[in-house]
Amino acid sequence: MATRSFRRYSTYRAATLAGLFTNTVFGIINSFVLLAVWRANPTAGGYDASDAVTYVWLGQSIIMVVMLWGGGTPSDLTERIRTGDVTIDLHRPAPLLAWYLSADVGRAVFHLLARGVVPTVVGALLFDLRYPAGPGTVVAFAVSVGLALLVSFGLRMLVASASFWLLDAQGVQQLGSLLAVFLSGLTLPLVLFPGWFGELARALPFAALLQVPADVWLGQLTGPALFRGLGFQAGWAAVLLAAAHVTLRRAERRVVVQGG
Amino acid sequence: MRAYAGLAGVWVRASWTYRTSFWLLLASSFAMNAIEFVSVLFVFANVPDLGGFGLREVAFLYGTTGVSMAVANLLVSGVEDLGRAIRTGTLDQMLVRPVPLLVQVCTERFALRRVGRLLQAVAVLMWACWWLTWTPLTVGLTVLTLVCGSVLFFCLFVLVSSLQFWTTDAAEAANAFTYGGNTLTQYPLTIYPGGLVKALTFVVPVAFVNWYPSLLVLGRTDASDLPGWAGYLSPVAAAGLALVTGIVWRAGVRHYRSTGS
Repeated sequence: MATRSFRRYSTYRAATLAGLFTNTVFGIINSFVLLAVWRANPTAGGYDASDAVTYVWLGQSIIMVVMLWGGGTPSDLTERIRTGDVTIDLHRPAPLLAWYLSADVGRAVFHLLARGVVPTVVGALLFDLRYPAGPGTVVAFAVSVGLALLVSFGLRMLVASASFWLLDAQGVQQLGSLLAVFLSGLTLPLVLFPGWFGELARALPFAALLQVPADVWLGQLTGPALFRGLGFQAGWAAVLLAAAHVTLRRAERRVVVQGG
Repeated sequence: MRAYAGLAGVWVRASWTYRTSFWLLLASSFAMNAIEFVSVLFVFANVPDLGGFGLREVAFLYGTTGVSMAVANLLVSGVEDLGRAIRTGTLDQMLVRPVPLLVQVCTERFALRRVGRLLQAVAVLMWACWWLTWTPLTVGLTVLTLVCGSVLFFCLFVLVSSLQFWTTDAAEAANAFTYGGNTLTQYPLTIYPGGLVKALTFVVPVAFVNWYPSLLVLGRTDASDLPGWAGYLSPVAAAGLALVTGIVWRAGVRHYRSTGS
């Protein structure tokens, strides 16, 4: 299932190139903005200037993998609920959640290769980036990105299953992507969020999408802190997937009640 | 003009049918941009200035480019979907109607909800203007900036969208110039390397959307390499870009060979 999904997303080459170009341009703009911030305050948020620029390019690579603004296979589900095709999915020989998750993993791997690698290379050519301290950090980063994908899948699935109850889920989707883009730290690293609002943002599941993987890469999290970071992600992944599972089970029953 | 108002009116009435949905989308368009400005505020919680400019000055830059962008974005509602019109063949229907093609393309699915973006930008701009001391000259210059900025973004939208006459699949690349230009000019251009500023002045003239005239209004002409009178050149830049846009658009329409067999 994951392989099929990979092939499906790799069909649109021109669109992929265009998206890459746009991601890269925004990466460059954000890098200059953050460089100016760190020129004015060289220790803002416990980062230095090259941490900050690296954060931007990690963000540009990861946004498509975790699909920050919604999308991926959960938005197929929204569409299938609207058209009624979801009844077919309910008859498949695999649980609904696992079916959609495996398809989303295929999509994520494609987007990691197609949309993640190029911006990182461009960023490395243009700016002074920070690289993982050793193979241990690389492994931890890979695990962290995997967990980020699970958290984002859980979030997107919850948003998508809202359309079992609401026929027009556009509003919920907009709200979801609004929160995700801001609170994941895509617009601005969460380390710059001031005061109690910063603490709150760093405790919410959105922080598991980008801030934690980036901190792992940058070596901000080592030793016990690294395990706390990964545990934080795993905890939210478990909670959100369980919530998505329960929601889907209740929704399935509802579909049966509605009938033919 | 009358054709534009008429066609846009049709879509406004259509969206008005689903009133709740319309207000929700308008509110979310407002919120999406409001959050962007909140992150500017968060930046200034960490630093006293950015590229030598304080929060109120950055707010002025943000507001002027934001208003220009929002006006242009509203007026060109349908241009970004030119690729779809070409693929589905609706462009052929438009070509046989006795209304200029550009007017029809722009008003297609006219999105009044984008007023949300405009309201947010106006709010930031008014807050920034509150702190400035005004003379008739700076008032006039600010109004001129907003008009020229809107024209520049309008042309930029049409220009990059008309590239879809040649390649219909790469629409997303256009965002790098339009929304990218907006993001670039939200900050003082002093934070970018000199080569990039030159490109934004002479190649893709988005620096004239707000940067050069704003330096005169804010009394900060020291921050730029160009002499202060560059701030009065926005109409020249707008006219130049309009000319180029006109040429490319016409070439695109001539190049268009319809879809299908």
